[in-house]
Amino acid sequence: MLYLIEQCLNGMQLGMLLFLLAAGLTLIFGIMDLVNLAHGSLYMLGAYFAATFVELTDSFLAGIGLGLGATLVAGIVLEMIAIRPLYGRDHLDHVLGTFGLLIFFNEFVRLIWGPAGLTISLPSQMLTAVQVLPGVYYPLYRLVIILTTLVVALLLYILVMRTRIGMLIRAGASNREMVGALGVNIKLLYTLVFGLGAALAGFAGMIQAPLAFVQIGMGENILILAFVVIIIGGIGSIRGAFVAAIIVGLIDTMGRVFLPDLVRHFLSYSAGSSAGPALSSMLIYTLMALVLIFRPEGLFPASSK
Amino acid sequence: MKVWLTPRNAFVVALLAVLALLPVYSALTGNTFMVTLFTRIIILAIAAVSLNLIMGFGGMVSFGHAAYLGIGGYVVGILAKEGIDTGFIQWPAALVLSGLFALGVGALSLRTRGVYFIMITLAFAQMVYYIANGLDRYGGDDGLTIQRRSDFGGLINLSNRTVYYYLCLALLLATVYFVWRMVKSRFGLVIQGSRSNDRRMRAIGFSTFRYKLTCFVIAGVLCGLSGVLLANHTNFISPALMHWTRSGDLIVMAVLGGMGTVFGPVIGAVALLVLEETLPHLIGFVSYVLIGKEVVAAKEYWQLILGPMLLLIVIYARGGIEGLIAGSRRG
Amino acid sequence: MTKRFGGVTASDNIVLDVTAGELHAIIGPNGAGKTTLIGQLSGEIVPDAGRVYFDGREVTALPVFRRSALGLARSFQITSLFLDFTALDNVALAVQAHAGHSFHFWRDAREEGELREPARIALAGVGLAHRADEIVANMSHGEHRQLELAMALATKPRMLLLDEPMAGLGPEESARMVQTLRGLKRDITILLIEHDMEAVFALADRISVLVYGRVIASGLPADIRANAEVRQAYLGEQDVVAEHG
Repeated sequence: MLYLIEQCLNGMQLGMLLFLLAAGLTLIFGIMDLVNLAHGSLYMLGAYFAATFVELTDSFLAGIGLGLGATLVAGIVLEMIAIRPLYGRDHLDHVLGTFGLLIFFNEFVRLIWGPAGLTISLPSQMLTAVQVLPGVYYPLYRLVIILTTLVVALLLYILVMRTRIGMLIRAGASNREMVGALGVNIKLLYTLVFGLGAALAGFAGMIQAPLAFVQIGMGENILILAFVVIIIGGIGSIRGAFVAAIIVGLIDTMGRVFLPDLVRHFLSYSAGSSAGPALSSMLIYTLMALVLIFRPEGLFPASSK
Repeated sequence: MKVWLTPRNAFVVALLAVLALLPVYSALTGNTFMVTLFTRIIILAIAAVSLNLIMGFGGMVSFGHAAYLGIGGYVVGILAKEGIDTGFIQWPAALVLSGLFALGVGALSLRTRGVYFIMITLAFAQMVYYIANGLDRYGGDDGLTIQRRSDFGGLINLSNRTVYYYLCLALLLATVYFVWRMVKSRFGLVIQGSRSNDRRMRAIGFSTFRYKLTCFVIAGVLCGLSGVLLANHTNFISPALMHWTRSGDLIVMAVLGGMGTVFGPVIGAVALLVLEETLPHLIGFVSYVLIGKEVVAAKEYWQLILGPMLLLIVIYARGGIEGLIAGSRRG
Repeated sequence: MTKRFGGVTASDNIVLDVTAGELHAIIGPNGAGKTTLIGQLSGEIVPDAGRVYFDGREVTALPVFRRSALGLARSFQITSLFLDFTALDNVALAVQAHAGHSFHFWRDAREEGELREPARIALAGVGLAHRADEIVANMSHGEHRQLELAMALATKPRMLLLDEPMAGLGPEESARMVQTLRGLKRDITILLIEHDMEAVFALADRISVLVYGRVIASGLPADIRANAEVRQAYLGEQDVVAEHG
């Protein structure tokens, strides 16, 4: 039971991470109709920036702050130079063009930071575990991730639902032509949205970095999961991305942990331990296939709300 | 009526001549690396041609095509590991399984369109990728070495480098010819019609779904063949064979060469992989000329150039290399 | 031949009979649900209630391509062609659709006389024979409308659903279209949606008036012309409005 709670929290944590990636992706997708495979590169860049700045400033928070700023700038520059010509092209052009960017960024990172990965070490006060429930201890840093991301999600919600820019973003996600007709500076809005998405992705990369390893290609597999999230959630919908991210995070974590036991029950021990990731990813992709068949617009279609 | 001696055709003929004579050159100079490299290029060209069939002609942008490379390769690898060496079982099994997988994926994903189609094909390929990762008995994520190439009795000896090269070349040409006939046939016109205007196709009386599904399966089988050849070429299989970026590479080959034509992806595959091999030397040469010192660039760095180049091609030259040779048709 | 509809907001309990061999015109203001009606008849839109009969057979649940196979063809209000194909290829595809299944992988379809000849005849029928090898994207709007018709004809339909074939045509092109349609009447049952009143009254055997998804009047052209309600609702003549106001 305690184990179950711990795994639930792990699932939440993965879900939160996916949300940070998916939120930007779904906005970019919903508003600019752009398939951005380079979104995972921004996740990677964020982690590399943060690792560098933490090293330089010797402060975790300062490193994250500077890294966030750097990713935001990188995102805006990227949008203005490389992404802008892709708007209005067909999806194959997006896939190809941003695939090119992804290849470029992988090698760019190798050139700047070298082929070996980096690490970000946590401040010592983060290295403890706290008692979340009687008898249940959970790493403080993971809790901080969950809570921070919830705050970010809340801020994003307020930004999108309560501000003028948010109104334009929502309008853009459900009806692109309308925003143009309102006489809004579309170029600026697009750049801002892309920058926001880049910052969110970079933030995800840097807060995950202390738990994993900062390395080339780190954003590639998680990007696919984020795509699954926005398809399940409904393209353009922040709320959908949030709910779907949690669902996918929980399924992935639970699947990895509990399905092997199930397999071991029927097959051998070793078959169980290796089958976990395969089975849990099958669960996720099956869920996505079901959503596409029965609710092709996703669970929370952007146009309905 | 038709002009046959176009720059495009001349280029294709020249390329075919180079491909046909390569082992001769290799035998004369003792440079076996070229044959190994070009065997690989030819095999991946088959995959690119098959992808182009659904993508360029059918408008179905599959981002999971590398899955068939993996399925073809793993069937050969797994059967070999289990002691079934004969190609008479390995190859048909691989093709049938590739086709069945394409049937399942196609039946589900062809109900969606646009970006949903791209994503769902990608997702199914990822599923196969993770399954391969989970196959501990067959190497898990480390992959599996294949001890013996497929055995066709006394019929053909796949272990001979030159024989294998010509087998792959023959299969590539057969594939290109088959696809070329197909796109001009009634079936091919239906496929191209539904790319152009699916709604109208249904209004004039076509059940486009079953034609597109058939096309999807044919492409899957052809790419499965490419996987079989690749596994026999490298004597090794691993999940990396079907990482999603590999699917991206195949799309790049198809588009780089020009999607509107059957032979374009072959040009794309040759261009991409030859560039990958030669660019580091080229960088060394250029730097030697410019600064008098040869900069030794790692092979990977060439992607620093490839990435932006792809973006530029997408933005400025959608006809691909073939389009450039033939003169811009697509505008 | 009976067609019954109803329930969809765009078409509110429409009951419509089109008799074999007649040219039945549907007129009505924009947003009256005319295109929705064609959508339901051709099978692209499923009615929420009501039934569609074609030639005595219920086709309500049949998908588009099956209805087409039965001999029900439509043209599109907004031109819907294969723009990157030649004109002849467009029509030949329509012929091919009704020449058995298309699981033929080997023979060059552009060399098949049984596909190309009927296509050339259909093209000639609408006066486009000289443009057969032109890429459709390079053709004019008027030619597109004629090509639309040629494609619908090439499927050898028994009934044509024409969605504003005159839309956007100049006077000469319109006149030629009226000529073409007059030639088709009798052989083919036609349901014509059109805003061009001159053309409608020149061609129609019967006319139904559709307003806000309801048929408010149906009858011979002369009756419709005389019908006060129609004049008020649609023809919008000031004096009629004044009389009732």
